[in-house]
Amino acid sequence: MNEAASVIAADARPRLPRGVRLVHNEAQGGWVLLAPERVFKADAIAAEILRRCTGEATVAAIVDDLAQTFVAPRERILTDVTKLLGSLADKRLLEL
Amino acid sequence: MLAPAEKLPTPLGLLAELTHRCPLGCPYCSNPLKLDPRTDELDTATWARVFREAAALGVLQVHLSGGEPAARRDLVEITAAARTAGLYANLITSAVGLTEKTLDALADAGLDHVQVSIQDSIEASADRIAGYEGAFARKRALAAQVVRLKLPLTVNAVVHRANIARVGDLVELALALGAGRVEIAHVQYYGWALENRAALMPTPEQVKRAVGEVDALRERHHGRIVIDAVVPDYYAKYPKPCVGGWGRRSLNVTPAGRVLPCHAAETIPGLEFWSVRDHSLADIWASSPAFRAFRGTDWMHEPCASCPRRHEDYGGCRCQAFALTGDARATDPVCHLSPKHAIVEELAGVRREAEYVYRR
Repeated sequence: MNEAASVIAADARPRLPRGVRLVHNEAQGGWVLLAPERVFKADAIAAEILRRCTGEATVAAIVDDLAQTFVAPRERILTDVTKLLGSLADKRLLEL
Repeated sequence: MLAPAEKLPTPLGLLAELTHRCPLGCPYCSNPLKLDPRTDELDTATWARVFREAAALGVLQVHLSGGEPAARRDLVEITAAARTAGLYANLITSAVGLTEKTLDALADAGLDHVQVSIQDSIEASADRIAGYEGAFARKRALAAQVVRLKLPLTVNAVVHRANIARVGDLVELALALGAGRVEIAHVQYYGWALENRAALMPTPEQVKRAVGEVDALRERHHGRIVIDAVVPDYYAKYPKPCVGGWGRRSLNVTPAGRVLPCHAAETIPGLEFWSVRDHSLADIWASSPAFRAFRGTDWMHEPCASCPRRHEDYGGCRCQAFALTGDARATDPVCHLSPKHAIVEELAGVRREAEYVYRR
């Protein structure tokens, strides 16, 4: 596994580019991220993060929002968010 | 005691072969030798129904393919119908015959992604392989337009003896064109590629070098472009899990409406295929004899039947097993555990400097 090549800055405003869509699908058992010729199952945490990647909110604001909504430690959320967004950006599935 | 019935899998993808017409003549084309004629092609409304039925079945992505899908005058309507059905619409094109105006309209209709084929990094060689002068230039122009429209772009490069030395250049070309993804697909020997096998077959040294090069390129370009590789079958130790397992993840609808578990399935004699003209897609997926023939693992013989990898590779490819051994239930002879594995080793050694038999 490669280290993430993409840096996730706190003031970046991540968004899903054209051709990458988060959809809910009953038959497939929940949230899925549709991407060029690939499909990724998104667990509940990933889906909550990705729903907030609209290009408007900053990474810092997304982390604050998640920490507040789920009453969870900010540090842990920041780790989850950075990891997920970094791995998606490396696959060219996220714009920063 | 009766064993509980195995749960029917949910398909993910639908390959929609809109037409077999194509201006190119690539000698590795995976279309069948006997092409569906234009007069048999499904109409727009039937494709729209198929997409709705696919979405209801759980399918997420539709791959609009061919032939060259742009040979259909209703490609924009078909694409819009895929999006209306809720599917992710992926266009697989040669770029030839797909005009600038049509691509603009496709983008407006909600097209999600474009995959364009490139035959080589050198123009003259690319056009020779495609059997079409000017194809390379057209592909470059289309790729630029895709990027201008901010649509994601994949470059697909099928590699074989004539271009395998330029795997690195092909990846550089994909990067220069603005692709987010490139497929380095070692040719798979079905359809026209099987006809041209001796002319396409690379040497073991070439394959080894190309595989190493792709690993190094992936490392070097990590984060810039995704490099997906289709392994060179005849040199593998284990077979590929063909189509992710027969009747497990995908279906293929031919231009005339026959529904196949994979694009080469019609090469296996005795299989009964159902058509979307007569049955719903859900009905076909669950009950058509062709889909049931090799679904799961009950059909397997040894050495597959007791193999710990049987749920990973599903015995490999049924079409290849039939093409090389004459028995569709046999272990894919690509597997080193197959009693017929020597056939593959022998065929991999057969190379001839022959003219291509172009797909026409």
